[in-house]
Amino acid sequence: MSQGKVWKYGDNVNTDVIFPGRYTYQIMPPEETAKHALEDLDPEFAGSVQPGDVIVAGKNFGCGSSREQAAACLRSAGVQAIVARSFARIYFRNAINLGLAVLQCDEAVDALEKGDAVDIDFAKGKIRSAKGTFRFLPLPESVIGILDAGGLLEYTKKKLAKE
Amino acid sequence: MGKTLTEKILGRKAGKDVQAGEVITVSPDTILSHDNSAAIIQEFRKLGVKKVREPEKIVIVLDHIVPASDEKYAQNHKSIREFVAEQGIPNFFDINAGICHQVLPEQGFALPGKVIVGSDSHTPSYGAFGAFATGIGRTETACTWATDEIWLRVPETMRIDLSGRFRAGVFAKDLSLKIIGDRGAEMANYKAVEFAGPAAGDLSVGARLTLANMSAEMGAKNGYFAPDAKTLKWLEGRARGPFVVASSDPDARFESVLAYDLGALEPQVACPHTVDNVKPIGAVAGKPVNQVLIGTCTNGRLEDLEAAAAIFKGRKIHSGVRVLVIPASWEVYREALKNGVLAVLVDAGCVILNSGCGPCLGAHEGIMAAGEICLSTSNRNFRGRMGHRDSEIYLASPATAAATAVAGKIADPREFA
Repeated sequence: MSQGKVWKYGDNVNTDVIFPGRYTYQIMPPEETAKHALEDLDPEFAGSVQPGDVIVAGKNFGCGSSREQAAACLRSAGVQAIVARSFARIYFRNAINLGLAVLQCDEAVDALEKGDAVDIDFAKGKIRSAKGTFRFLPLPESVIGILDAGGLLEYTKKKLAKE
Repeated sequence: MGKTLTEKILGRKAGKDVQAGEVITVSPDTILSHDNSAAIIQEFRKLGVKKVREPEKIVIVLDHIVPASDEKYAQNHKSIREFVAEQGIPNFFDINAGICHQVLPEQGFALPGKVIVGSDSHTPSYGAFGAFATGIGRTETACTWATDEIWLRVPETMRIDLSGRFRAGVFAKDLSLKIIGDRGAEMANYKAVEFAGPAAGDLSVGARLTLANMSAEMGAKNGYFAPDAKTLKWLEGRARGPFVVASSDPDARFESVLAYDLGALEPQVACPHTVDNVKPIGAVAGKPVNQVLIGTCTNGRLEDLEAAAAIFKGRKIHSGVRVLVIPASWEVYREALKNGVLAVLVDAGCVILNSGCGPCLGAHEGIMAAGEICLSTSNRNFRGRMGHRDSEIYLASPATAAATAVAGKIADPREFA
């Protein structure tokens, strides 16, 4: 459980505005990708985001291309979770596989606004804030294991090392 | 409560009863990758294991830039060939095979009841044979090579009931564009799409491949047809090993059901710059084009080339248009060579290219300059996909593409019967 503040966006936040196509084929370290996070949607974000912050958005977050950098840049920027009405399916997979929590909760999206302080309890499936406590469907154990390890690569490495 | 085809296939793989919404871990039957195997190999090396877990499950098809167009792609191909040799991966298809989504069916990997994952967004194509097939990312492809396991959420299913018969000049591509235009590009996000109804059985295997392929443009996780006698006949002499046929129970739970009458459709065109910006042919006819592309994993099969040849026969392409034809595979290429279709296309003035993805993804072989317009039988028309960001792509069927090539402007194939 950790606390962060909310960054609020609308529906259909696509991979091009999360991580612009002009950088997609440049090989850059993760901390460098964070500098371009949400560059074409919210120029204020990259400079002000703090570790533990949470993005709250509408439906179909991450639609568009399958580029993994669109999940990597937000994780590198310190975002602990994205709470949305729904996610584009390849984005959902890429986010979890790169260690970025993606949670679906309409009530939280309805209530929360930019700057609100929130706590996320992953084990209990709860988002707590001054505006109320919102329940999201807890992520399955296997998925929590991937998130806890910091992504699929680390998770797989540990698993293989045990064998 | 009955089960959908997807619930049955994934349940058998998971070794338990599963239903939509559940997350399970399964061992896939086939793991596909293509030229992007070079990037996947780099991720695999980070895992600290020397060998892939099940080399015979891995299928690698070079198709995106074949032959290599520059040093960077040449190096990618080289590192893939070296990895294939080092790991003893038996199912490797080099630059003379074709597009992965045509090669896997022809080579008997795309079978009813199988779980196929691929690091390509059009992997759902194999649902044409009643497989569960879905696209995945590069990192997870590398991890699946190492572990032989992948997590999957069992999807809800949207059923699309098809009735009636296509009228002349109307094809599966037109149906797919009509559905996406009506419902939007996110219509089936996370979901499985089952193509069913009395007309589903009438559709050729090629038409089923086109629809399953285009389910990716509906946002679907997988798109499929229940296997039938036509499926089994097509697979005779191709199937690699035994398979178990599954189909949805009559009382299976469907998240939603749509219905389309094939007889009510006319040719459709997806206009720039999204696949769901669809208009009937009459609304865009007359738009001049610079290039026509006939091919790709969506529409490069023998019946597609035949539909184009029926229009090209005895005609010439318009002097202001470049026409590129790419048979989806070498099997298609050889068949089209034998039955005279390629001769018709060449006589009309078409440029025939090596089987592969060609310019569809904007890497080589027919890149567009600023202001140019292409009508393509491919599946995506996003801004800048085939070249300059100020070029435009219209999507349509092979017949509409051929009619357009002859007219020099977007044209209705029914006027060329």
